[in-house]
Amino acid sequence: MDNKSEIQTERAKGFVTDRIWDFFCSLKLAIGTLILLALTSIIGTVIEQGKTPEEMAAKHGWNLEFLNFLDKSINAFDMYHSWWFLSLMGLFAVNLICCSIKRFPHVWKTVNEPKLVGAEGLFRTLSNVEEVVVQKGSIDEVRDKAVAFLGGKFVAPRVTEQDGTIYLYAEKGAWSRFGVYVTHASILIIFIGAAIGNVWGYKAFVNIVEGSAVDQVWPRGGKEPIKLDFAVRCDNFDVEFYDGSQRPKEFSSDLVVLENGQEVLKKKIEVNDPLTYKGITFYQSSYGPAGDATFRFRIRERATGQTIEATARQGEHVPLPGGASFAVTNFAESYDRFGPAVQMHVNTPGGRHGNPFIVLQNYPDFDAQRGGEYIFSLLGYQQRFYTGLQVAKDPGVWVVWLGCFLMVIGSCGAFFLSHRRLWVTIQPLTKGVGVKLGGSAHRNQPAFALFFDSLRKDLNATLSGN
Amino acid sequence: MTSSLFFNITTAAYFIAMVVFIVYLTSKNEKVGFIATLISWVGFVANTVAIGLRWQEAYALGFQQAPLSNLYESVVFFAWSILLIYLLFDLKYKYRAVGAFVLPGAFAWMIWAQWSLDATIAPLVPALQSNWLTYHVITCFIGYAAFAVACGVSIMYLVKVGKEEASSGSPVGGILAMFPSVKVLDDLNYKAIMVGFPMLTLGIITGAAWANYAWGTYWSWDPKETWSLIVWFIYAAFLHARFTRGWVGRRAAWLSISGFAATIFCYLGVNLLLSGLHSYGG
Repeated sequence: MDNKSEIQTERAKGFVTDRIWDFFCSLKLAIGTLILLALTSIIGTVIEQGKTPEEMAAKHGWNLEFLNFLDKSINAFDMYHSWWFLSLMGLFAVNLICCSIKRFPHVWKTVNEPKLVGAEGLFRTLSNVEEVVVQKGSIDEVRDKAVAFLGGKFVAPRVTEQDGTIYLYAEKGAWSRFGVYVTHASILIIFIGAAIGNVWGYKAFVNIVEGSAVDQVWPRGGKEPIKLDFAVRCDNFDVEFYDGSQRPKEFSSDLVVLENGQEVLKKKIEVNDPLTYKGITFYQSSYGPAGDATFRFRIRERATGQTIEATARQGEHVPLPGGASFAVTNFAESYDRFGPAVQMHVNTPGGRHGNPFIVLQNYPDFDAQRGGEYIFSLLGYQQRFYTGLQVAKDPGVWVVWLGCFLMVIGSCGAFFLSHRRLWVTIQPLTKGVGVKLGGSAHRNQPAFALFFDSLRKDLNATLSGN
Repeated sequence: MTSSLFFNITTAAYFIAMVVFIVYLTSKNEKVGFIATLISWVGFVANTVAIGLRWQEAYALGFQQAPLSNLYESVVFFAWSILLIYLLFDLKYKYRAVGAFVLPGAFAWMIWAQWSLDATIAPLVPALQSNWLTYHVITCFIGYAAFAVACGVSIMYLVKVGKEEASSGSPVGGILAMFPSVKVLDDLNYKAIMVGFPMLTLGIITGAAWANYAWGTYWSWDPKETWSLIVWFIYAAFLHARFTRGWVGRRAAWLSISGFAATIFCYLGVNLLLSGLHSYGG
């Protein structure tokens, strides 16, 4: 192989890798990925995640075959964890990293090695320039005045002398140039935090019956429980309703953390106020009745006027005087606006079911109107509850919050602050001293132009000695 | 002095301001433009008082909650936010004609709230009883409002640039002469989104923080969350498009309009059409 063609292949290779590099750095890729992410994300908001095609088809009457196809082809029922969506996110991250690597060194140099000398060429690139000729005073006097002027109106300048010419340079908000990169980095940090949470954390749930303790929780979608190295006991569960309605106002559980049988932490948790122990957090999420309720009745036999008291569990047949029996079949803590109510029936001594009827705790004489053989009054009931807790362990969450914090700081820097720079050149002329002022801002030029205009007028006034 | 009286004043003021703004465009009389802005201020103050009174009324009923608890309250707060952003932009940039494209929006939200939404003050369900609700809603809605203003400005841009191209670049007369130049409109669009985007970011973050505090998950791809992220993606694309040749002007205006369409879907469509954790919000 001759040298020439080898060089050409090398060039072509370089050409191709450059092209690939440029592609990954490009804004076009950023815009494309963002729009693609926006469009594809819609799929998972229409197709309920975590459901099956059969459930969706039954619920909405959609074509099952099509839903099955979406499930198989694009994993539409868990799309945010599918390979293609995660790849798109990955592409987004790679794009962020590449473009930052490409642009950052230049910005770093602009901030750390500012052009202290406002050369002729630099002034030609500025759109805000002013020239003044000072008739009186030496170059040193003019320099001192200009330095004091910038110090008062803007910020103390750095002074450079070169071949009898004096150059002043003053800047503000240089670090706002990093805002974009802080924002980009913050997104990557959030990704890292999310990954940490996915690998080392879990989401689970557990139901604890009042008075009992648990030391394991059930991960979502998992079969095996996760063992905790401590136990949690629920001493009491409470639900409060808004007056005269079934709208829950608040529900809460008295939780106790136990280590080796010792109580180490006690807290009443509510919705929006969880308990955290050893990095594991317990959230009040739901509640329900635990086991059957027990009901206390006073029963009067209409024929004899004889009154007895009896206790019944739901579903249990309890004997009545005279060979009949009764059973509670249903219970509501709040039946319409009437308060606690049971549905029950009486069986004849032969075992034949009577018609079901309702007994209300708050209206003890209500059942007498039914005209039955036995008159029931509900004296009270006991219902144990279980409290439903979400359990989460997420060691990555602080990384995510750090990312969020940086994102807010970074985007404020990127959007609302600008790097403003002023150059002053002071040089002796054949008659007097020439002063040239120039300035630029890397963002929000109109506002800077206004600032520069007033600065220019003040400088004229200062140098002419008024 | 009830909140509903002040809500009526608000709606009336926004309607009158809208009409006067249109008169301003046709009459080209600066005084008329000033009056329209003044009426907008009256409406904004009435809107503020109304929300304050409603807050008091909820407390009087024994509900310790900010007036951001249901769809009605969020819609009137949205109208308030739109006026806030619009009036701030008016103070800073003084392009009166923009009012003719923003006030109809604010008026539409108010009239919808008053005609067809349930205005009863109901207590919050336990899941919403948190100070995070206030931070989350305020940041989100100021973001949405800035996007609404950007959308209005984008429509003006498309109308004006279309007419200018049709008349092959020569200055257009009539109402359009009262619009700011296309360059200014393009810039205003960008400036509004520059306010809206960080607010939306804060809104998403406060939402995530709250979700983590209340449920133990800062992100669960619930439809509302996902739609807020979709909106975020669109405006992120818009902000990057500013630095790319061929994406300024028309395409930027369309991106801004589709961003606002996604915003409205995120706000209303999700609650009305999709199911998820936020479904109680409507």
